[in-house]
Amino acid sequence: MSFAFAATLAKMGAWLAVLLNAAPVMLWVERRGSALMQDRRGPNRVGPMGIFQGLADAVKFLFKEDIVPSGADRPLYLLAPMLALVPALTTFVVIPFGPTVEVAGRSVALVVADVDTGALLLLALASLGVYALVMAGYSSNNKYSLLGSVRASAQMISYELALTLSVVATLVPAGSFRLDRVVEAQQGLWLGFVPQWNIFPQIIGFVVFLVAAFAETNRLPFDLPEAESELVAGYHTEYSSMKFALFFMGEYMSMTTLSALAATLYLGGWHLPGLDYTGAWWLVALKGMGVLVGKIALFMMFFVWVRWSFPRFRFDQLMRLGWKVLLPLAILNFIGVAAFTVAGAS
Amino acid sequence: MELAIFALFSVLALASAVVVISHRNPVYSVMSLVVTLISLAVLFVLLGAPFLAALQVLVYTGAILVLFLFVIMLLNVEREEPAGGHRVHKLIAALAAVVFAAILGSQFFAAQGSAHTAELTPDAVALVPLARKLFTTYLLPFEIVGLLLLAAVVAATALARRSAPRDREEKA
Repeated sequence: MSFAFAATLAKMGAWLAVLLNAAPVMLWVERRGSALMQDRRGPNRVGPMGIFQGLADAVKFLFKEDIVPSGADRPLYLLAPMLALVPALTTFVVIPFGPTVEVAGRSVALVVADVDTGALLLLALASLGVYALVMAGYSSNNKYSLLGSVRASAQMISYELALTLSVVATLVPAGSFRLDRVVEAQQGLWLGFVPQWNIFPQIIGFVVFLVAAFAETNRLPFDLPEAESELVAGYHTEYSSMKFALFFMGEYMSMTTLSALAATLYLGGWHLPGLDYTGAWWLVALKGMGVLVGKIALFMMFFVWVRWSFPRFRFDQLMRLGWKVLLPLAILNFIGVAAFTVAGAS
Repeated sequence: MELAIFALFSVLALASAVVVISHRNPVYSVMSLVVTLISLAVLFVLLGAPFLAALQVLVYTGAILVLFLFVIMLLNVEREEPAGGHRVHKLIAALAAVVFAAILGSQFFAAQGSAHTAELTPDAVALVPLARKLFTTYLLPFEIVGLLLLAAVVAATALARRSAPRDREEKA
């Protein structure tokens, strides 16, 4: 096994450790958080403060009856929950979690796939997420599932445009698709104390990105594909047991990767001003991952906070917001950033 | 390693392409087309054109094929019945396929050894030189393509909106 191969495996391991643990942890945060906001106790039986609730739920899912509805399109029905994990488990490869470090005399970039097309590859992989929802809805032989997945595909196509445009605007100052360059461009301070993060000059793009991220992950207030008051549970109505759990995990893991992307694009990624990134490689990697996970956690808390604060949008409101507000704002933001960058360069 | 990946994905691309045109269920056809296009993207990466590969996945599988699926599901297209067809139709179709294959084949052999089949250099497909060429040497074709797409969007919107006021009148 070559050195480069081993290094890639190790980096993937580090990311998977974060991503796979995100689902049970977020399950607990979501339920305790909602309880806090609604002045209830929430799950508090398994472990101290109910912290092992995620484990208990996983065991419960494993022992539930696994049902394939009659009249279901069996191959697609079985494939859909697996596909739900694909974008969540692939997009992290281009997100850096540290600078290039020296390991045993060789330099190793702390990103799994160190490629020139970085952000573009991420958007491409993320855009495959809609297939899982469409396949689940189509193959379930249930009108609510079908309606849910028709909504999901319309919603995700619409909001992908605004999301992509706001992402592209953050790449302009860095002059590269590489996300490590984007992080590099955000190091340094304004006036000696304000970090040069993209969130400050591109606050419009940041807001557009956040709103579109809620729509892309089907979270409230944009969870119309699974709106329980009208569609039972939308595209995953007919799924039970671990197959349902996979959709559930896919949602939390997509939230995690989108949060990681938001942290990288707008909050300086793994870099924190004032933190020393020299020394032993494992220490640098640990610091980088630690800072990134901290920023991811901020966004995840925001996801939970918003979910329990806002009612659901109507579908026409959702479409109007996407096409008539977010898309023009994203285009304006992009033109502004491009003009400013060109003016600054010349 | 490279050969193994090439073999795997070219077989996958060809097999799924056959499924696209032979399967009776249109949803399966679209899903096979997704597999074809992703396999082609992998082949692009092997050829040293990762930018093209990323765009291929982003534009075709991420947007266009989702719209295909969306339309199929909205219209609720049923399984296709085996096409009965007239004998003359079948003859014309076969003839057209042969002519098309001949044109493609002749182009393929004519291009052998010319500058068009030279190996891709990393410089030719790197983003900055590519963007510079697109916005200087090929600026006019680039803008014309953009204009064409815009015209298509405007036309589609105009066609879709034309029936809207009449519907409202009928209801009133």
